[in-house]
Amino acid sequence: MTVTTVVAVIITVLLTAGAALALVRVVRGPTLLDRIIATDVLLAIVMAAIGAEAAFSRDATALPILVVLSILGFIGSVSVARFATRRPPR
Amino acid sequence: MITGRRRDRCVAAAALTLIWTMLWGSVTPLTVVGGLIVSAVVLTVFPLPAVTYAGRIHPIGVLRFAARFAVDMVVASAQVAVLAFRFGTVPRSAVIAVRMRAPSDLGLTLTAEALSLVPGSLIVEVDRERGVLYVHVLGVSSLAEVERFRGEVLALERRIVHAFGSAAERRIVEEATP
Amino acid sequence: MIDAIAWFCLITGALLGLSAGVALVRFPDLLSRMHAATKPQVLGLLLVLTGCALRMRDHVGVMALVAVFQMATAPVAAHMVGRAGYRSGRVREDLLVTDELADAPAAPGSR
Repeated sequence: MTVTTVVAVIITVLLTAGAALALVRVVRGPTLLDRIIATDVLLAIVMAAIGAEAAFSRDATALPILVVLSILGFIGSVSVARFATRRPPR
Repeated sequence: MITGRRRDRCVAAAALTLIWTMLWGSVTPLTVVGGLIVSAVVLTVFPLPAVTYAGRIHPIGVLRFAARFAVDMVVASAQVAVLAFRFGTVPRSAVIAVRMRAPSDLGLTLTAEALSLVPGSLIVEVDRERGVLYVHVLGVSSLAEVERFRGEVLALERRIVHAFGSAAERRIVEEATP
Repeated sequence: MIDAIAWFCLITGALLGLSAGVALVRFPDLLSRMHAATKPQVLGLLLVLTGCALRMRDHVGVMALVAVFQMATAPVAAHMVGRAGYRSGRVREDLLVTDELADAPAAPGSR
């Protein structure tokens, strides 16, 4: 086992655990807004995973994905947040 | 006023061209010219509203702000991470109102952005007319800590004004801080 | 040596991702959870990009763009969600030390 492999395994385990916990929050809710935040965290973790993969393979193919995600990732949460505000508070 | 408007558009076109060449990842005549054409089209089709910017950029102030911002971000991230792993306690928080001393649109926006980027503080509401930021702070347990945090927000505003503000704003901020 | 720094950055970024997951599950109300979300979005991504940039030197421009875009857009989403959360009463008042927005004269959100 090389150092690279060990580091890759550590990062994979950490990110997978984080993503799983974020998924728990997506499922449990309780409101729409909680789910949006959890989805945002999930997106951030996916972006970290893509970046880590690019760093390991020294391959820039995936970097445009990061550019698009970083500039468009917020649109989903903004639109859903607007939608959620319209409802009268209980 | 026309010249100021034209200067703004030139700055915007230069910034868009820079982004374009960075996206292509190489500086060649083709990407630069292409970027200029694209930014001209973008600025004509989507004209920007006029931004009133009376200030001046102070390089030393910007450096000081950026350095302090980086430190703040690392420290705050560590604090929130520690809070997440401290099992058994439920973190308490507060919503505090901070009245800006020099409430220009740009200063208000930059302060709000910087506060939002640092974990542990979050903008809940902005009162643009009165220049008040309503900040949600995580991990405070007493009113004394609330006051300390209010002081930190004002110090952040002071650094931003020293980096990007006009002379009048700098004077106001200097008079307000003992 | 440079690789070691890159590994350190990547592992720290991944740790921030994990701690955000833990905080999402543990923190009591919506606004507290939002603080947890900021970490991997900003510092975590910056660390991963630093690690990336240390591993391959020839795409630093694109990575800098990713960092700038993320830092420009993340607060917008955070503010929209936070405001929507506060207005729909998703705050545990018993856990607030003080709430100065509630006693604000003529709540600005009424417009």
